[in-house]
Amino acid sequence: MSLSRRALPVLLAAPALAQGAPRVVVIGGGFGGTSAARSLHAQGIAVTLVEARETYTACPLSNAVIAGLRPMGAQRFGYDGLRRAGVTVLHQAATSVEGREVTLADGTRLPFDRLVLSPGIALRFDALPGYTEAASATMPHAWQAGAQTALLARQLAEMEDGGTVIMTVPENPYRCPPGPYERASLIAYFLKTRKPRSKLLVLDAKDAFSKQRLFQAAWAALYPGILEYVPLSSGGKVTAVDATNRRVSTDFGDHEGAVVNVIPPQRAGDIARIAGVADRSLWCPISPENFESRLVPGIHIIGDAAIAGAMPKSAFAANAQGRVCADAVVALLRGTPLPTPRLLNTCYSLVAPDYGISIAGVYRPANGLWSDIPGAGGTSPLEAPAATRAAEARYAEDWFATITADAFA
Amino acid sequence: MRRALFPLLLLTGAALAEQAPPGASTCLGCHSATRVAPAIPSLRGREAAEIATAMRDYREGRRPATLMDRLAKGFSEEESQAIAAWVVQ
Repeated sequence: MSLSRRALPVLLAAPALAQGAPRVVVIGGGFGGTSAARSLHAQGIAVTLVEARETYTACPLSNAVIAGLRPMGAQRFGYDGLRRAGVTVLHQAATSVEGREVTLADGTRLPFDRLVLSPGIALRFDALPGYTEAASATMPHAWQAGAQTALLARQLAEMEDGGTVIMTVPENPYRCPPGPYERASLIAYFLKTRKPRSKLLVLDAKDAFSKQRLFQAAWAALYPGILEYVPLSSGGKVTAVDATNRRVSTDFGDHEGAVVNVIPPQRAGDIARIAGVADRSLWCPISPENFESRLVPGIHIIGDAAIAGAMPKSAFAANAQGRVCADAVVALLRGTPLPTPRLLNTCYSLVAPDYGISIAGVYRPANGLWSDIPGAGGTSPLEAPAATRAAEARYAEDWFATITADAFA
Repeated sequence: MRRALFPLLLLTGAALAEQAPPGASTCLGCHSATRVAPAIPSLRGREAAEIATAMRDYREGRRPATLMDRLAKGFSEEESQAIAAWVVQ
């Protein structure tokens, strides 16, 4: 963010507003919440960011950590930069949202005029028989970066050559649609280069997935005999797991692995349920124009937890939605008009360290949802020179550096 | 609103963040305004006309691209010019 766009002293805002300074609380310090908080602050709004953890561990590029290609430390970020920018940051869990007030675990009460929730995801330990939180200590999900990422990386590093690695992939919707396939690619790269007698079995509850043709073309070229992909129609849907024996069951039979990575079904993070903004789908319906909840007025939901139509649950989308939501909140608080917003998404995936592919989209509100603009967006070309793939791999890392600097620097 | 704030801005020299035209703020998700020597170039301080021309050329497939051709197709000429004027600030 440029100097000209940030750092409006909060004192300035008060006289410009008719009824005193409005208060906005943002809950969730990931890519969505940090972006919304900074953007609100830059527009003169007094904003408090609530995030229980003092260290954020980023999911993008964490598949490279799992494959031993990137240090864990490169994924960790703190909140001092946000404080330096002038945002009040409180490391407390939010325990209730009643009326126009948030209560934190230490009893602090935060009244608000508008509340922005960036809840992220929670993993469902009630959806796949046998996959409890205890089971994740043996069969890691590694779908929220941190200790689980390190655990899966360690299991792979310690696996004897000749073993079978199993990944299970859920139905839609879940965080990061292409993420499981990037992970499969980089685990296959790890096996090919470090444990060449080993195999990876990917069991998918779907028949179609993001960037599918690009991934499958790359797998055929780079990882033949290493990566076996089993879609729903061939028995890929896992119906139960057994952590004791590292066994997964499908309607077509059982599989045992030396390392088993279970990516379970997901839901909106806990604060969404606490605030009453999640519906029976366990995700949060919103009005696309301003991200306001369809269930509770005055609360806005951004990022993975929101039902954002054609927009995927990605870090890029959360960051972009944070900016657009902040503009909408400011317009609502000040009673100023807001032009119909437009959003972008860009997701890079690595299929090897020097081989990147991307998907992009441009979105507008239509029929009550964020919808694709026809003719825009799409994936990298199916045929491209190695230099293009290498450039997209560099851009993936560059995007990560930019988005994390934007959030945390 | 801008007019009402103007005397206050003069007093402190602080700039009020300007609301971005539709789609513009998300450019900053990749095009950093602050990082040194990024691989994806910064747009800050460039000429707005240069950015608008690049957007047009991407949109019309006249400029080599990895990804910008796909994004530029989501914006009209008028929208691209508004975005270009904002992202260079």
